[in-house]
Amino acid sequence: MTKLKKTADFFEKSMNAVFTFCGFLAVAFVLIITGFLIVSGIPSIKEIGIADFLFGTKWASTANPPSYGILPFILSSVYGTAGAIIIGVPIGLMCAIFLAKMSVDKISGLVRSAVDLLSGIPSVVYGLLGMIIIVPIVREVFHLPDGANLFSAIIVLAVMILPSVISVSETAIRAVPKEYEEASLALGATKTETVFKVIVPAAKSGILTSVVLGIGRAIGEAMAVMMVAGNVANMPNLFTSVRFLTTAVASEMSYSSGLQRQALFSIALILFVFIMAINLVLNFIVKRGAKDE
Amino acid sequence: MNNGISAKRKIKSAVLNALMYLSAGLICLMLLGVIGYILFRGISNISWKLLSSKPSLINDTIGILPNILNTLYIILITLVIVLPIGVGAAVYLNEYAKNKKIVKAIELATETLSGIPSIIYGLVGMLIFVQFFSLGTSLIAGALTLVIMTLPTIIRTTQESLKTVPNGYREGSLALGAGKWYMIRTAVLPSAIDGIVTGCILSVGRIVGESAALLFTAGMANEVLGIYESVMPQKAGSTLTVALYMYAKERGEFDIAFSIAAILLILTFIINLSAKFTAAALKKRKEK
Repeated sequence: MTKLKKTADFFEKSMNAVFTFCGFLAVAFVLIITGFLIVSGIPSIKEIGIADFLFGTKWASTANPPSYGILPFILSSVYGTAGAIIIGVPIGLMCAIFLAKMSVDKISGLVRSAVDLLSGIPSVVYGLLGMIIIVPIVREVFHLPDGANLFSAIIVLAVMILPSVISVSETAIRAVPKEYEEASLALGATKTETVFKVIVPAAKSGILTSVVLGIGRAIGEAMAVMMVAGNVANMPNLFTSVRFLTTAVASEMSYSSGLQRQALFSIALILFVFIMAINLVLNFIVKRGAKDE
Repeated sequence: MNNGISAKRKIKSAVLNALMYLSAGLICLMLLGVIGYILFRGISNISWKLLSSKPSLINDTIGILPNILNTLYIILITLVIVLPIGVGAAVYLNEYAKNKKIVKAIELATETLSGIPSIIYGLVGMLIFVQFFSLGTSLIAGALTLVIMTLPTIIRTTQESLKTVPNGYREGSLALGAGKWYMIRTAVLPSAIDGIVTGCILSVGRIVGESAALLFTAGMANEVLGIYESVMPQKAGSTLTVALYMYAKERGEFDIAFSIAAILLILTFIINLSAKFTAAALKKRKEK
């Protein structure tokens, strides 16, 4: 009997250990990723010099002598993301409000399925559509020699961030207590006024969350941007071909070596720092939102 | 009724209303356009030959059988590895962990993981699995990279459904003399199965759509691999998405690219439907 209990005890203990191990694996992965990026990213930043690396305006990794300035990539990423947010967020927010407050259940169900499907479409498919539809249109409309530029990337990214903006904002808007709406209507505001002056302000932390998620998605997107942005290391301008931080890593990885390769890891490290900063902001917003309630 | 409302307010409301309808309409139109265009350009080129052969330089033909198989292999390998880990982690968080700070730390880690862009996973996967563990560019390296990527999804959905399992199950089982693991295995996990299935479906969706993380880990090869070969080091292979990228960007074979896009679209549709189905089942039980 005691022997049986002992083996059972041992078994319980080992299962406990197994589950604990699984639990901590996620933490381990984050640490490993951070570690690998720092270890492989720092040396070349040191060699190039942090100021020259971050603020150098010329990237010519295969020239002689090579030049490793990633300011064009940083600015392209920032401008591209900002553009996508400026176009995507108003449309997404309007759609979210429509879904949450204005439409009949049947219509909103249909629109919501559309949004779900849009969010599931792989990024290379968006890239392909961008290449075939948006790039030629941009070329024709603005009379450019090549339509693969920052503007095309902004359009594609704006479409790609729509689903997350819509679904997160909609959830936030739906979570606003019904009393707010009723009080506002009782005071004589129209339905539309109530939505825009009472409900949207009350849901602002959730809406902000959706914007930050959109920023994260846009700044991290690689394949679609690679296919529509033209992929030349220019300083960004709305109608020049550009490289984002993500595409700078992806486009030279397969044939790089030596310092060039290490510089690519450094770019990834910078991108990682951006993403971590965005995550911090996100956590802050969510925490503050929770406090408000 | 609206006599008391000034014209200015009326116009403002009407404009905002119109903008809302416009946005919602735009999104529906966009989806219809996207689906219509892809199916229109893609479906006509899908033939049995395309689906059942591999690319041949001699005959100058293109087939996507290797890519279909590789996608299946990567899904299978990834799920086989990530499921035990993810479910285990969720069980730990929900059933074993007593220290709130540890739970917070793990949850913060999974959130961080789900925010990292796939190109960084690709790069780190290359550094860790391809180089450090010298697996070479291979399906298994790609799958291991995707394990890290899909882990947060599995943990989150499993945890959510574990939370809905009534405490009475646990207490009843323990009161009958079951050990903790026995209780989890026979009473808790079976009732959380719908959450686990939802997690799997969402992960499959993510794997099917993934390209940036696989480009430098699983590679771009187009050879047909056997089941055993698929888990061997150095056996590279491109999935459907990576193949789409290569055909469109590097080779200008847009017809093939659109065919693959159509297949991906249909897969996405099926995955979405099944995710919705299981999620609805989960929600139903939550409300009970």
